[in-house]
Amino acid sequence: MDFSHSDDRRMLADTLDRFIAGRSDPMARARLAETAPGYDPSLWEGFAELGAIGALFSEDHGGFGGSGFDLMVVFEALGRGLTAAPFLSTLMSGRALALAGRADEVEEIVAGTRLVAFAHDETDAGYDRASVATRAERSGDGWVLNGGKSVVRDAEGADLLISARTAGGEADPEGISLFLVPAGTSGVSLNAYPCVDGGRAAEIALKDVALPATALVGEGGALIAEAMAAGTLALCAEALGLMEVIRDATVEYLRTRVQFGEPIGRNQALQHRMATVLLEIEQARSAVINAAAALDRNGDDRERVLSAAKFTIGKTGTFVAEEAIQLHGGIGMTWELAMTHFAKRLVLINHQLGDEDYHLTRFIALGRAA
Amino acid sequence: MDLEFTPAEEAFRAEVREYYTTQVPARLSEKIRLGQHLDKAEQEEWHAILNRKGWLVPHWPVEWGGTGWSVVERYIVDLESSLANAPRALPFGINMLAPVLLKYGSEAQKAYWLPRIKDGSDWWCQGYSEPGAGSDLAALKTRAVRDGDHYVVNGQKTWTTLGQHATMMFALVRTGQSERRQEGISFLLVDMASPGIEVRPIITLDGGHEVNEVFFSDVRVPVANLVGEENRGWTYAKYLLTYERTGMASVGASTAALGWLRSIAGKARRNGQPLLDDPLFAARVARAEIELANLSTTALRVVAAVAGGGAPGAESSMLKIKGTELRQEISALTRRALGPHAQPFMPEALEEGFNGEAVGPEGAAAVTPQYFNLRKLSIFGGSNEIQKNIISKMILQL
Ligand SMILES: Cc1cc2nc3c(=O)[nH]c(=O)nc-3n(C[C@H](O)[C@H](O)[C@H](O)COP(=O)(O)OP(=O)(O)OC[C@H]3O[C@@H](n4cnc5c(N)ncnc54)[C@H](O)[C@@H]3O)c2cc1C
Repeated sequence: MDFSHSDDRRMLADTLDRFIAGRSDPMARARLAETAPGYDPSLWEGFAELGAIGALFSEDHGGFGGSGFDLMVVFEALGRGLTAAPFLSTLMSGRALALAGRADEVEEIVAGTRLVAFAHDETDAGYDRASVATRAERSGDGWVLNGGKSVVRDAEGADLLISARTAGGEADPEGISLFLVPAGTSGVSLNAYPCVDGGRAAEIALKDVALPATALVGEGGALIAEAMAAGTLALCAEALGLMEVIRDATVEYLRTRVQFGEPIGRNQALQHRMATVLLEIEQARSAVINAAAALDRNGDDRERVLSAAKFTIGKTGTFVAEEAIQLHGGIGMTWELAMTHFAKRLVLINHQLGDEDYHLTRFIALGRAA
Repeated sequence: MDLEFTPAEEAFRAEVREYYTTQVPARLSEKIRLGQHLDKAEQEEWHAILNRKGWLVPHWPVEWGGTGWSVVERYIVDLESSLANAPRALPFGINMLAPVLLKYGSEAQKAYWLPRIKDGSDWWCQGYSEPGAGSDLAALKTRAVRDGDHYVVNGQKTWTTLGQHATMMFALVRTGQSERRQEGISFLLVDMASPGIEVRPIITLDGGHEVNEVFFSDVRVPVANLVGEENRGWTYAKYLLTYERTGMASVGASTAALGWLRSIAGKARRNGQPLLDDPLFAARVARAEIELANLSTTALRVVAAVAGGGAPGAESSMLKIKGTELRQEISALTRRALGPHAQPFMPEALEEGFNGEAVGPEGAAAVTPQYFNLRKLSIFGGSNEIQKNIISKMILQL
């Protein structure tokens, strides 16, 4: 066993940290969220030139990485910077398209010239991945889509990778297919808004959306699972990066904030609180490492380890965010303090791709099945 | 022991329920139900309605307009008003300043200020905290220097809740040079329209504007606005804080919030079943419900133990900790219940007349911002850590 990243990955992390520190201000994220697309397109170009997108894909697919640990390095760095950029959408859609063998589109995605939002969740789905009511009907050679998607991140101006039912009942895991729908296709309408944690998302209405046969990317099951697996690991790693920053900011505050004639960190009650924060974060780091290693394996074991990680991150993330705000006192309640925006992102990660309870339930169910 | 209401209490409860379910303007109760903020005019409107009914200042002595309600009757009103989604009268004048004036104010001060609190002539804010004086309130530096019939005040207050609307502030200022920092603090009533006062907004993490910084430069305050004796303000300030804390058990508010949680969760689904049937979520809600039932009895016990209906001492710290933790937990559960719909940030949906497209179930827009906003409950009114210090010292004698 070896618990250190390879030299290449360490270099990638350093490069990303430096690039992000120089080009991306954590406080910009909330401001950028006010208008479309919710991030700075020139920063996104910069990331593409740097190869940060390529690190998320294997050489077969035009990248130079793509393993779980590559994803971990990239998303942890993004978390440390509270970076606003459409990485998660790019990863999820790109991985699904790559698995489906759509090499041309993947090449453009890796180059950063094509954005594809991953449009799977629906209003009544909760986190249930099989709950797809949107329907695709055959029409001549092509397809017609009707339905709607909910809280789709980075959808404005992007192509959409939409899941729709071609067979089966509403919560049937079988019978779902993926369609690639170009931006601006007629019948697709977006109601976009900022998110509490920065970034933007949209409700998408699909009304008689006519698509050519080539829009069908493939049967959904394995493709959606691939996107969800990569996305879940990515969110866990991002959360880790956020937690590192929050931990450091809070420790620094405990050292410098003086009340009753001494730094508040002199109170043993607070020292123990912070010690608990530290050890929970280290447990979460191990969970993310487990998940990164598991991503490259296949089957239920991988899914179970990913759920273990997302459960841990959901629980620990909320805990760390709440402790950090509390230990900052009134200052921890202010918009002006960067830490609070990290805390908001950390809490909201628990609302993407399944929360703590969802993944605990899934972990139990997968264990029974095995 | 007897936990049943007496027939008289039952009758009172029916009367209170009747009042709150029929007399709260629907416009206001709807806003409260959906977690929207009342604006200044609406807050004043509600204050006036309660005053007309005679229920604005229940805990004041009857000769000043109090109702003489028993502990149980007050509990009933808290619960029924919350369940009816009635707004709350702002506490600054009614619950914080008034008890201090009643105990320590001069006859002239009582006669002038108390009726004005009641009829809403003044909007009060609390000027305790400063940038360097939060938990360690006695570190406050804002200074008042005597100059003839006036004090001249210089310094800064912060976190002043709704200071942007206030016409008056009760402030702690330093008047003495004593070795002991607690001596040398005075309790002053400051007109917010005085020259030399500047109010600057602080935006909270949920994007709201409810707190402010208040700067004082050479602000002249009449000596007649000193409450009690010069340099004895610390005693008055602490007296006020126990009142502030006791109200934070918030049993009524938590009961209403639990109802709201059920209504949001009742519409949500997880893993193909209603969220409320999900065993993990059901367990979380059940824990909160049990905690609330326990707290409601604890709160009654603590308040009932105080002879004469005054404010409890260190026991109020228990109510503050438990009450605020529970409110926070219920708001966190409501956020969880929204699932992916916790993400949208639509502050405009919380404003009157919003006719855009809402996302998620009714009322969803308020939930996540409110979850973040309510983190304040364990920070203000003396942080929960400070309450535990008080319990350790005063009750455990450690
Ligand atoms: C939304 C909001 C509204 C407010 N409204 C008002 C208002 O209207 N008027 C007003 O005067 N004030 C108001 N306050 C201020 C509030 O009372 C203070 O924030 C509070 O007293 C804590 O002080 P602080 O923010 O300086 O935190 P600090 O005192 O700096 O505390 C930081 C952290 O250290 C902990 N800590 C400090 N000392 C100790 C110790 N000895 N042992 C263990 N832990 C310790 C605290 O619990 C906290 O977790 C408001 C605050 C907020 C957030």
